[in-house]
Amino acid sequence: MSTDPTIALAEEDREIPVLEPGHDMASVTAKISDIVLERPLSIAWVAGVMFCSGIVLMLGTAVTYLFFKGTGIWGINIPVGWGFAIVNFVWWIGIGHAGTLISAILHLLRQSWRNSINRFAEAMTLFAVMCAGLFPLIHTGRPWLAYWMFPIPNTMSYWPQFRSPLLWDVFAVSTYGTISLVFWYTGLIPDLATLRDRASNKYIRLIYGALAMGWRGEARHWERYESAYLLLAGLSTPLVLSVHTVVSFDFAISIMPGWHTTVFPPYFVAGAIYSGFAMVLILVIPVRAVYNLRDMITEKHLDIAAKVMLATGLIVAYGYILEIYMAWYAGPKSIDWFTVHNRFFGPYAGPYWMLWVCNIITPQVLWIKSIRRSPVLLFLISLVVLGGMWLERFVIIILSLHRDFVPSSWGMYYPTKWDWMTYIGTLGLFTTMIFLFCRVLPMISIFEIRMLLPESHVKHAAESHAPAAQLEGKHL
Amino acid sequence: MAPENTKREDTCPGKKKTLDVQSLDAKALDLAAVREEIASTSGPEYWRSLEELAGSDEFREMMHREFPKGASEWLDSFSRRGFLQTMGASLALAGMTACTRQPLEQIVPYVRQPEDMIPGRPQFYASATTLGGYASPVLVESHMGRPTKIEGNPDHPASLGASDIFAQASLLNMYDPDRSQTPVYLGETRSWKNFVDQIRTRMAGQRAVEGEGFRLLTGPISSPTLANQIQALLKMYPKAKWHQYSPLHRDNVLAGSMLAFGQAVETQYRLEAADVILSLDADFLSPSFPGSARYTHDYAARRNPDAAMNRLYVVESVPSPTGVKAEHRLSLRASEVEGFARSLAASLGLGGNAADSHFLRAVADDFKAHAGSCVVIAGEQQSPEVHALAHAINAHLGNVGKTVVYTDTVLANPVDQTASLRDLTQDLREKKVDVLVILDANPVYDAPADLNFADVVLNSGAGLRLHYGLHQNETAELCQWHVNAAHSLEAWSDGRTYDGSVCIIQPLIAPLYDGKSAHELVAALMGQSTLTGHDILRSYWQGQAKSSDFETWWRKTVHDGFVAGTAHPAKAVTPKAGLPPLKAAAAADASTIEVSFRGDPAIYDGSFANNGWMQELPKPMSKMTWDNPAWIGPAYAARTGLKSEDMVTLEIAGRSVQVPVWIQAGHPDNAITVFLGYGRRRVGRVGNGAGFNLYAVRSSDAPWRTTAKITPLAQTYKLASTQGYQTIETATITRPVIREGSLAEYKKKPNFAQEMEETPERNVTLYPNVDYSDPNYNKLGYAWGMTVDLGACVGCNACMIACHSENNIPVVGKPQVVVGRHMHWIRVDAYYQGDRDNPSASFQPVPCMQCENAPCELVCPVGATVHSSEGLNDMVYNRCIGTRYCSNNCPYKVRRFNFLLFQDWETPQFKMMRNPDVSIRSRGVMEKCTYCVQRITVARIDSEREERAIRDGEIQTACQQACPSNAIVFGNVNDPQSKVSKLKAQARNYSMLAELNTRPRTTYLAEVRNPNPQLESAEHAGVDSAVEQG
Repeated sequence: MSTDPTIALAEEDREIPVLEPGHDMASVTAKISDIVLERPLSIAWVAGVMFCSGIVLMLGTAVTYLFFKGTGIWGINIPVGWGFAIVNFVWWIGIGHAGTLISAILHLLRQSWRNSINRFAEAMTLFAVMCAGLFPLIHTGRPWLAYWMFPIPNTMSYWPQFRSPLLWDVFAVSTYGTISLVFWYTGLIPDLATLRDRASNKYIRLIYGALAMGWRGEARHWERYESAYLLLAGLSTPLVLSVHTVVSFDFAISIMPGWHTTVFPPYFVAGAIYSGFAMVLILVIPVRAVYNLRDMITEKHLDIAAKVMLATGLIVAYGYILEIYMAWYAGPKSIDWFTVHNRFFGPYAGPYWMLWVCNIITPQVLWIKSIRRSPVLLFLISLVVLGGMWLERFVIIILSLHRDFVPSSWGMYYPTKWDWMTYIGTLGLFTTMIFLFCRVLPMISIFEIRMLLPESHVKHAAESHAPAAQLEGKHL
Repeated sequence: MAPENTKREDTCPGKKKTLDVQSLDAKALDLAAVREEIASTSGPEYWRSLEELAGSDEFREMMHREFPKGASEWLDSFSRRGFLQTMGASLALAGMTACTRQPLEQIVPYVRQPEDMIPGRPQFYASATTLGGYASPVLVESHMGRPTKIEGNPDHPASLGASDIFAQASLLNMYDPDRSQTPVYLGETRSWKNFVDQIRTRMAGQRAVEGEGFRLLTGPISSPTLANQIQALLKMYPKAKWHQYSPLHRDNVLAGSMLAFGQAVETQYRLEAADVILSLDADFLSPSFPGSARYTHDYAARRNPDAAMNRLYVVESVPSPTGVKAEHRLSLRASEVEGFARSLAASLGLGGNAADSHFLRAVADDFKAHAGSCVVIAGEQQSPEVHALAHAINAHLGNVGKTVVYTDTVLANPVDQTASLRDLTQDLREKKVDVLVILDANPVYDAPADLNFADVVLNSGAGLRLHYGLHQNETAELCQWHVNAAHSLEAWSDGRTYDGSVCIIQPLIAPLYDGKSAHELVAALMGQSTLTGHDILRSYWQGQAKSSDFETWWRKTVHDGFVAGTAHPAKAVTPKAGLPPLKAAAAADASTIEVSFRGDPAIYDGSFANNGWMQELPKPMSKMTWDNPAWIGPAYAARTGLKSEDMVTLEIAGRSVQVPVWIQAGHPDNAITVFLGYGRRRVGRVGNGAGFNLYAVRSSDAPWRTTAKITPLAQTYKLASTQGYQTIETATITRPVIREGSLAEYKKKPNFAQEMEETPERNVTLYPNVDYSDPNYNKLGYAWGMTVDLGACVGCNACMIACHSENNIPVVGKPQVVVGRHMHWIRVDAYYQGDRDNPSASFQPVPCMQCENAPCELVCPVGATVHSSEGLNDMVYNRCIGTRYCSNNCPYKVRRFNFLLFQDWETPQFKMMRNPDVSIRSRGVMEKCTYCVQRITVARIDSEREERAIRDGEIQTACQQACPSNAIVFGNVNDPQSKVSKLKAQARNYSMLAELNTRPRTTYLAEVRNPNPQLESAEHAGVDSAVEQG
């Protein structure tokens, strides 16, 4: 059996390659870079950007009013001190995880199918972290003092309190954001040089030239690039596990029933990857249709992403069941059992059972291969999963806080229009960034796709041609 | 200050009124201009306009100066500064015992600092507040001449240092920015002088006809001076009539006394001597009951299970704190209480037929066993017959002189107030009235609806209608003249407490708006407009004082706050033989809906409607704020399908009102209870439009109970309860935050409360244990702690208002309470248990627990909440960035967050009112109970200066100080001799949520009840099961 990852596929999957045949070095380069350089500005794209940036304006309005009036414009209260802001924060951070997983861990594992989607996933990570990072800042009562969470030497004698998980969050998220940016940019450099070389407009050439940092494609460049990229992948890999672990500490470290759970770190990480892959699918499925990239992002990719979702979804389900089991084990008079009981039958039972439907029950259809390879169904299922993962954070935060130890202080949380505007606003921000990204940067890594071509694998030419020919034959 | 100094140099301290008249006039004109501007905006838009006006330069300047330009130069009043100066000087002269020197009525610049006047140190003056005519003795804390806090007068037996919500909250009434600020004639601002001129001619006309057309309407009056003045007034106008009306009158008490004794007597109870207490619909532990501070104290003193415990039976028609605290409670409709009383009288051998019941037999047996040490208390709303029966039973059992004492009445001239108002209405209708003076009453709003007072007064043709009061309210609207009153913190007066002793009310500040006291107004009616309130009071007491050295006597009296030896002596009266005759329609048909009227537990008869503290105070039973839903019982709700917050139409005798309902546990079936005092149209920015006006369906012939028809409406109305309806009665309390047991249980196993939950070992922690007794760590050796006795707490809320006042806590408004953002640093939780139709309940005051292992501190990313070496969980407001993580992680949920800018930074009056020792928190900052750290700090500074340790009891937290039942005790837990240490050593001391290992410094003493074994098995199954749960 071949060791070439391109074709080292399980028997059943062999029918779909990660790169459809018929491409050569030139066609790959042309196809991807032409989207940026040659493709005319379409009305649909302009309308899309305008619509999404309109939503960003709404976000701006919501945040401006928030700064003007205070967090009281949201639905939070005592006992529910955290509402949509933290739900959204955890949700967005989770979404970001797929990007790092795809680019770093799969790179280290030499899973070359990732080459088609890693650029996209990394961009998604970056934008998701931007959306996530907004929330801890604006959710504070006095956002103009939020910088006090950083250990900045100062004359005011303030210093962060290092036992607080919120502070760990600050470091985790800022590290994650920085590494993701550097990783993404490093990977972009060869492609930026390609764009520079292909651009016909002088100014565009100047811009890409500056961004390409003098890349000439020398062997020395490639050698340094490869080692830098590998190092960054190594650095990012622990982050995939650590960031959401730290985020889960926000809850696990506290003493609130429903939060104080040791299962949180693994279950949060799994959930993050779960939602991240769902988001990758939601973005990739329309993009491959619109830009006619079905040959580069094939159903093979969809299939693998669906399998990852299925696997991580089952881990998440295990987490849910374990929580219920632990509460049962603690006994019927324990506060943990009360919390579970309140989730089952309390005033928020609706969102709780929706969570089960979205996150656990619906994705079970992914056991069926034809569904895994159906872009439309996958798109819908991914939407459901993203909604489910959002509900999971809602359940963890709101349902745990709204009824805790002392019944006299129980309360309810109802989001206000400002909560919704802020949430939807970040969706707008995210999609605006994705729109811009598609137009100004190669959304698929050109040189990495080229590496998928048979001619990149001179050594294994003899072996690799056989299945390619098979497929080619079938295709014809 | 220089010009003022030079101007006044020639003002000889001995002479009065030597100011340059011209300059006075010039300034008065300025003042008039500003005032006119304020007054010209009167009308419906008045207060909105005031806010706008607040932006104008003149207004700002006026407020900046605290008094209108020129006011401080006026002669017919003394300025705050002048007042301070003279008060300070008197202190200097008379040392500790004197703050009593008569203020000199001229203005002297403040050039020397009076000896005892230390900026930053408050001074305390004895005074009194009044409610329904009854005075409460208080001490008022004054910071640089601004009263900031009201506390009980520990020297007076009616207070013993405790105070109630009404006394505490009257401070905010004084600083109410919506108070009336000038005399007004037909909507136009006028001066007092102008008023005096006008009234003089009018009264001269009345004098000619001997006061034929002159009517005076007041509230109930206990002030000897004012009563004396009114007598003099009536002598001057012999044909004039004095009417009294207060909507929460005690007519039935009076009528009961007449029925039983043929004369008006005051009934006082000696609860410290009562082993068995029976309340017949009397909520004697609630602050609106005269003498409740003392009664609560005496009742609570007998709740210690290690001493002889008392036993309380309550038969009531409206669930009350007294009722749910009782060992045994019988829920009856109001009309059925009389039947119970008759049966009880019969089974005690007073004649008549006894309807037999288990409860009745048990009470009767208990009474017989405790003859002479039991007491029956009848409620103010119960019929005169019930009062007469109570008198008869008390006399029969030999309680008189032991647990019941009869004295002369506290009110100067007790009359049937409903009849009195009816007479006045009749005279108005017959156009017999030419001059109507309404003194501090609001009949247009609160008179019974069948009297149609508003129409009658409008069509009466009275040539002069004068309203005198704190607000330009509904009544002022219909009067030609309105005179702005001085608040009791601004004027001299006096009043009697429930035991008859006279308290002197002394002003703490010159009237903010130059209001006049009632004494001054009545004097003006007699043509003595130049007399000051102080002169009037002093000259009255000069005539009364038995001491030869009046000056010394007067100083001591004013200093102490009350006239020694004026408490009414016990009076020997015997009830008439036989029981009062049965009235035909005593008991209503069981199927009709019976409606009971009650004063609101917080805003009283409506006079506290513009008081934000009171509006936001959760009412003891329902934890309702800002509204007055009608109560229905769970059985009735189940039968009709009504839910809390459903609107209904309540139809009574042809009049109807729409009101939301609230299902109140313990409320009898086929009955509805409505609360008066809400739905005010014209009181101010806080109270306007809040709630529903139930005076609109109250009639003069049935002021307390009648029958009604309820029609559900297809609407709901959002109510703001701080403790949700589900949670208040929840059956799913998994952990016993409230712990209670019976006396028998306690005797068997005194530490039953501690065994309900496992307390972790001290060493089960990864962190080093802090030893607060280690002098290397805690240099001064104090470790502050608190105990709260659940057995003693009666849920009166005095602690909440005291905390509000002491700690500058903002009022957030109904919409914010609805979403769960009220700011109370201490709350009183109510937990019901047992049968929903007849539950018992425990009240649990919850301040910050000051955990030694505080979960909040761990999670703050910026170290804004940290531990002090003395064990306090300190909140550093300046450092807080508002992540709210601390609140999320607080298992007791005692932290409060400024979600918006809740604090009023603008209103000048509120700036004056605030306690300068406590920071004002802005938006985005977490806050919580600090154990009154400002008071701890003051005591620490004092003790260090005197090189001694802080004495036990030297520091009283605001909640502790206000508490009438002494349920809250604070002190140093490192000192084994301190009171708090001894309480914590008791077997019934337990920590709330101890199993979380938070090690709270605030601990609770479990409630122990003393049920009658005869009734126990049947009724207290709920309690027992709660105990077994642990």
